[in-house]
Amino acid sequence: MPKPESIVCPSPAGLYCPPGDFYIDPVRPVGRAVITHGHSDHARAGHGAVAATAETLAIMAARYGEEFAGATETLRYGQTIERDGVEVTLVPAGHILGSAQAVVRHKGMTIVVSGDYKRRRDPTCPAFEPVACDVFVTEATFGIPVFCFPPDTDEIARLLKSVAQFPERTHLVGAYALGKAQRIVRLLREAGYEQPIYMHGAMDSMNALYERFGIELGPLAAATTDKKKDFAGAIVIAPPSSIDDRWSRRFADPLPAFASGWMRVRARARQRQVELPLVISDHADWNELTTTLSEIKPGEAWITHGNEDALLRWCTLNDLKARALSLVGYDADEGES
Amino acid sequence: MRAFANLLDRLAFTPQRNGKLTLVREYLREAPDPERGFALAALTGNLSFDAAKPAMIRKAIEARMDGELFALSYDYVGDLAETIALVWPAKPGANREPELSEVVEALRSAKRADVQALLERWLDALDADGRWALLKLLTGGLRVGVSARLAKLALAELGGVDVSEIDEVWHGQHPPYEDLFAWLEKRSKKPTADTPGRFRPVMLAQAIDDADFTKLDPADYAAEWKWDGIRVQAVNERGERRLYSRTGDEIGKSFPDMLDFLSFEGVIDGELLVMRDGALQSFGDLQQRLNRKTADAKLLAKFPAAIRAYDLLLDGDEDLRLLPFRQRRVRLEAFVARARSPRIDLSPLQPFSSWEELAALRANPPEGDARLSEGLMLKRWDSIYEAGRPKGPWFKWKHDPHLIDAVLMYAQRGHGKRSGFYSDYTFGVWREDSNGDRALTPVGKAYFGFTDEEMKKIDKFVRDNTVERFGPVRSVRADKDFGLVLEVAFEGLQRSTRHKSGVAMRFPRINRIRWDKPAGEADELPTLEKMLED
Repeated sequence: MPKPESIVCPSPAGLYCPPGDFYIDPVRPVGRAVITHGHSDHARAGHGAVAATAETLAIMAARYGEEFAGATETLRYGQTIERDGVEVTLVPAGHILGSAQAVVRHKGMTIVVSGDYKRRRDPTCPAFEPVACDVFVTEATFGIPVFCFPPDTDEIARLLKSVAQFPERTHLVGAYALGKAQRIVRLLREAGYEQPIYMHGAMDSMNALYERFGIELGPLAAATTDKKKDFAGAIVIAPPSSIDDRWSRRFADPLPAFASGWMRVRARARQRQVELPLVISDHADWNELTTTLSEIKPGEAWITHGNEDALLRWCTLNDLKARALSLVGYDADEGES
Repeated sequence: MRAFANLLDRLAFTPQRNGKLTLVREYLREAPDPERGFALAALTGNLSFDAAKPAMIRKAIEARMDGELFALSYDYVGDLAETIALVWPAKPGANREPELSEVVEALRSAKRADVQALLERWLDALDADGRWALLKLLTGGLRVGVSARLAKLALAELGGVDVSEIDEVWHGQHPPYEDLFAWLEKRSKKPTADTPGRFRPVMLAQAIDDADFTKLDPADYAAEWKWDGIRVQAVNERGERRLYSRTGDEIGKSFPDMLDFLSFEGVIDGELLVMRDGALQSFGDLQQRLNRKTADAKLLAKFPAAIRAYDLLLDGDEDLRLLPFRQRRVRLEAFVARARSPRIDLSPLQPFSSWEELAALRANPPEGDARLSEGLMLKRWDSIYEAGRPKGPWFKWKHDPHLIDAVLMYAQRGHGKRSGFYSDYTFGVWREDSNGDRALTPVGKAYFGFTDEEMKKIDKFVRDNTVERFGPVRSVRADKDFGLVLEVAFEGLQRSTRHKSGVAMRFPRINRIRWDKPAGEADELPTLEKMLED
């Protein structure tokens, strides 16, 4: 058996596969790239050739223009391609629309680069599929035991209750433009909310893209008008950075909410002056991270980025060989991730 | 417990008073008895547990979790109760969640040795928010920014009654307040207020406008100094001795010395002050006695409390509240003389024949206690003692505020209607630093006194001149050549060891925005120090 580091290893541009000569989610322009999902810290423009799911390629084209890469190759979930003797398969990661784990096989060794993932149900993408492997490469954005997220339905119920209690205010929900925003809309629809949901302009292209891929978002409307009272009692979804800025002034007595895993910790919510923290994340929480490792039982766990100390400790306690790669260039904190 | 936990969670993140009122009111409307009654008791500070200690909770988590993982978690969160609430391992198939009332009842009857096991069982059954609520409740201090006053206002809104009606019956009621809710929901009659030692809702004064004087006849009014202490209702009724704040909170625990000197039968309305040898001391001295759970002997001796009486509500068991002020005053004078309490004196009336004469007195108070007053009180001779703030019978005529010119140093974003705007302002004045250079030192913070238009202009100024950001706070360029001068009005100034400048303002607000004034010409710290009250 080869050493796993000879098949996938960290490099300044990101995770690199020397025998296949390709990178996974490279943070700078490279010749050949496999992209796990469309978030901007994983999917960048300017690579020579990009292999990804149809959804991810569509997201990249919508964001960077059709010419975002020299060449593209569309991969279905479960389809295997070969790069100089290295097999690559994309398997659902449950993170956002089109998100995938990259399963890399070479000389009898399997390495799974899971990208960003979560284990709970998401109405906008297929569920994470565990793959038996020698090395499981995992993120650790929420790799501390304090991050155990409640059921999404509870959080959506809290939002709807607040809308009923404060009909004179505008509920302004901060959510990342790709993935989180559409998931919140779907969750609201599933909870029976039929009203138009108002959207910041930055969401439009991704909403349209989701609909094109069959994710029905129901009635949406643009959050623009000069008449303040139009928004009393409404739900408005906007990128987190707009919530506390000038943009929010157009609304009647806005009630700032923020849908993010970070909202699990009070100090974080308070720092952002959030009045309604909604603990909804597209990342695995502590329980999901640790149950995934227990379930897959890889030979080794590699931790790419995030809060790795506690997860390393957990691996030690559970006799799982682990190392931190400390990759740079991936948002572990603010912004889209 | 879940509904109560949700309430606490929402309250902790809701800065606006109206928002909090809505949340509490709706909770009280929806939650069943006795659950809501115990929640109300928790919010009004009428529930206390001493059975559970933080050490106990720590021990429980250490038995369940790797020490290093806990340390990493605690380090990340920074608050013990919150950390434990978040990391407590879920126990599938645990008991059903306890109700708040079950927790209260169980702790009431539990033996000390059983508390640990009870607590662990509840933590197993609750979710993270429920655990947080339980731990905050048990270790004291909900800290969700709700005063007993606010909770009572929510009750009043629930029942569509005036809050003074709640005050009137409050002290005869006990958790879980089922009679109170039955009355507010019109299922039964108002509970009896006949409880010796209860609070009687107080009568408040309106601020007087210059225009009012032309309509008022000086012969209709009595005048006295407006004392700068805290309004207090001193009760000694059938052996029940109580001291209440103007909102009906019991403050006797902080003033045991005063309780000892209530040598009368009745109810006095007056000002609680610190007095030495019959001479009034500053508000700063009184502050040493406030907000303390207990008072030690040294503190009591150093800052002796006293009451300056200005009204009499109950003489023996005779209710005087429907008598005119003139008669109550005569009764009060005799009452205070009879009481012979070394800690109770009379607030003297100030005779006058015209408003001009009274204005001159206010502008130039005589030597002594009057110099420490906040201004004057005017009371109609024929006014009955009416709870609330009726317009007309009583007025307060305060001294003009102090004014200084200060420079805007930091701004913080506001909430609700002000969200997205920098609307909380920290301002400073000039002082010489150790090198002899002039530097700004913060002296206070204000968030009102300006119009929406002015706020928008200041907001633009803040955004255009930001030097640094710290979360929701921005520091603003402020040096001798450039800065925004704010004229700040405030009521008084005290020494403070907690503030870098050594002074603390009372009731500061923005009086004017001096776009015209160069920052270098704003006031200096020594100017402020001359205004110190002690």
